[in-house]
Parts: sequence; structure tokens; C-alpha cells
Amino acid sequence: MKRVIETSHAIALAVKLARVKVIPMYPITPQTHIVERLAEFINNGTLDAKMIHVESEHSAISALQGALLSNVRAFTATSSQGLALMFEILQIISGMRLPAVMVIANRALSAPINIWNDHSDAFAVRDQGWMQIFAETAEEALDSVLMAYKLAESKEVQIPIMVNIDGYSLSHVYEPVDIPSQTLVDSFLPKFKLEDYLDINNPKTFGPIGFPDSYMYFKEAQHKAMKNAEKRIKEINREFKKKFKRSYGNGLVEEYKIEDAETVFVCLGSICGTAREAVDQLRVKGKKAGLLKLRYIRPWPSKSIRKALNKAEKIAVFDRAFSFGSEAPLYTELKATLQDKQINSYVVGLGGRDVTIEHFKKAYRMCSKNKNGWLY
Amino acid sequence: MNKKMKITKGAVIKEPGSTVKYKTGSWRTFRPVIDYEKCIRCGLCWSQCPDMAIEKKGNKFVINYDYCKGCGICAENCPVKAIKMVREEK
Repeated sequence: MKRVIETSHAIALAVKLARVKVIPMYPITPQTHIVERLAEFINNGTLDAKMIHVESEHSAISALQGALLSNVRAFTATSSQGLALMFEILQIISGMRLPAVMVIANRALSAPINIWNDHSDAFAVRDQGWMQIFAETAEEALDSVLMAYKLAESKEVQIPIMVNIDGYSLSHVYEPVDIPSQTLVDSFLPKFKLEDYLDINNPKTFGPIGFPDSYMYFKEAQHKAMKNAEKRIKEINREFKKKFKRSYGNGLVEEYKIEDAETVFVCLGSICGTAREAVDQLRVKGKKAGLLKLRYIRPWPSKSIRKALNKAEKIAVFDRAFSFGSEAPLYTELKATLQDKQINSYVVGLGGRDVTIEHFKKAYRMCSKNKNGWLY
Repeated sequence: MNKKMKITKGAVIKEPGSTVKYKTGSWRTFRPVIDYEKCIRCGLCWSQCPDMAIEKKGNKFVINYDYCKGCGICAENCPVKAIKMVREEK
């Protein structure tokens, strides 16, 4: 059924359709609409789940860990400072190989205090062993949550995932969304079942100490699981297409008019829509532009990127985060992946600064002169 | 380099009670020694030992030095001062 709904509400519907049982929540802007809608579902009896009102995000993520260990599907969401407060528990969850799903309504980090969108929160926790997907539209946000559960819970993966949606510019946007039926989702998402969980009749130890003689093996195993995820993401994308009649590129990346493109924009999240429009307008003027939308930054889809950008002469990468004293993070990784290409870096949209078609056109011109820049 | 050991996913230990394999007696700097002449068999040391390293044997409380870390709680709380902390020396 197609309805015009807010992205936050589409996510709440996905959580409901996934039959989530425990939702520890601490409200923070701009994530709040997700939890408000979930509270309504529980209150009106359409969602059979326990909501835990916690005293901080540190507790929210800790309760999420406990819920998963008791062998039920769980959910939480946060933004910016909330994610920063969760930091300590993030690698505990990934190290314990718990298939957590958390939505991040991306918001700039303080100071100065800023409640608007950029990716500084997501990139600050990039290396905590969580997979990270970025959605472009409300539909993709709903679909990504469903796919995230299936991916995180896959035996050969079993690592947590953050579903990133741009704060306000996606979280608060109303769009037509095709809401799948419960029967269809049930046929896609299997019942939640961990191999090891807290059970008084079968006691096991979780989260023990890892001495120097073993610690490295666990970290290596996490990396291997993340590499397994690359293949699994593609499989799930194909299965999703069969069942739901829509998919997203090869699952890891999505190409737009890239076949004959000389200059390719690379970006994440909601600004991909703006980038597509910019590509179309540039093409009207005879300029061969294209777009590579990255859906995942972890696992980093290096093979898909190399394949997609094989023929591109110039690459313009747009970052909404920055590594102070170094350079923009996507730019750094893209350079490492494509060492023989001309790649230029454009820092845009920090702290909710508008990213417009003009920014992409300006980047296109700067890229032709091999110039980097911060575009406001 | 050491040979790679077998690990479980997420470091789960599937058999309960495995900590007994890990003896912590070597952590100790001071060793509690019970003077059974003074001991009134109240069991306070046994109930308060955080490592459960004091065992009840017959009518006696005996310290298991394989696990005692030498924290000294037993000596501190003994109502008749029957436990002395003695420096571990070779």
C-alpha cells in the first residue's frame, strides 16, 4: 500500500513489521519522531513490544545489548551527542557479535551546538565494528531497516548495523512510501534466533576477558565477518527485489548515468537526489557527468567502487564530515581504493548547511581544474 | 609465533564454571594465615571472601591459596583478629 508518510514514521513501521520485541529509547533530536511513533504503536496495541525508558543513551545501548543476549530482536535510535555517549558500548556489541540494528538520524556534533544534519556522528564511530548503511529516501529507509535485520542476523555475518538517515532533510521529510504487508515481511525475515543466548537452563559465559594470546583472533574474525557481509548484502538485495519488486543498485553501490561519464560525483545519503538532478542539468549542457551513490561505508565496497569507476576520468567526492588536521574521510578512503585516478574533495553541508544543485555544478567546474574545496 | 587457538564467535564460553581453570593465587602480595587457636569458627571470613577462596572443611575454615588474591578482607573483618596478612616471600 502506498502512502505519503514521514521517513521517521516509515522507519517505525519497518520496526513494527520486523516484529521487534524490545525497544530501549532515549529521545534526542532529530531522531525523536521514530520513538514517538513506536510508543504509539505499543500504546494502541498494534506492536507487541516492551519499551524501556532509560536515563541516557549509554543505558539505551546497554539495554539493547541485554535484550539481544536474551534472544529477542531489538531496536533503538539516536543522533549526534547521543551516539557519542553510546561510544563505549558500541565495540562491546560488535565484539560480542550481537546483531543489533540502530537507526542514526545523522546530526552534527557540538560545539557549537547544532541540531542539523551532517555525517560527523556516523564517521566518528566508523571503526567500532558496526556496518553502516546510508539511505537516500523514505522508501529506502524503510527497506534498509528490513534488510539490516536480515543482514545482521545472517550466520556468516552476525555483526551490528547502523542505518543512517540524514536528520531533517530525510528524517522529517514526507514522501510516498510503499508499505509492505506483514505476510510479505514475514516471508523475508526469519524468526530471531541466536546460537548463544542467556538461558538459565544452559548457562554460558558472555563477554569474558580476552588475553593477549587470543584478543587478535577475535578482532580478525570481526573483520572476516564484515567481508562476508559484502557478499551477503548483494544476495539480500537480490532476494529483496524478488519479493518486494524494488532494489538498490547491487546493494552496496548505486550507479546513475555512469556508463559514459567523464566526471563522476560520489556521495552518501539524501544529497544523492540533488546530485542526480545536477547530473541531468549538466548533461543537457553536453557535460558528461554521472553519480555513484555509496550505500555502505562499512563494509567498504572497494570492489564495487573500482568496477563502477573504472572508466571515469575525474571523480568528485562529497563529504559531510571532516578529519581535522587531515582531510575528508570518504576522500581518504576513495584515494586508497583508486590510487591511479584523479579524485577531488568537496566538503559540503556541515551542520545543516544547504547542499544545492549549484554546489555540484561548482564542484564539476573545480574538478575540471583539479581543485579541492569547502563549498558553502 | 604461537600456534593459533580455536575461538568461538563473540568469545562465548559454552561450558559453565571455566574460571576454576584460571588460578589467581599468583596475584597475591600478602597471604592470609589463620591462627586456629584464636579462631572461633564464626564463618565471617568464609561468607565475605569475594573470591569464594575460603572453604568449610569439617568444623574448620581453610583458605584455598590457588585462588586467594590476598585482598585482606577476611583479616580486616575477623572479630577476634585470628587472621594475619603475611608478606609472600621466597
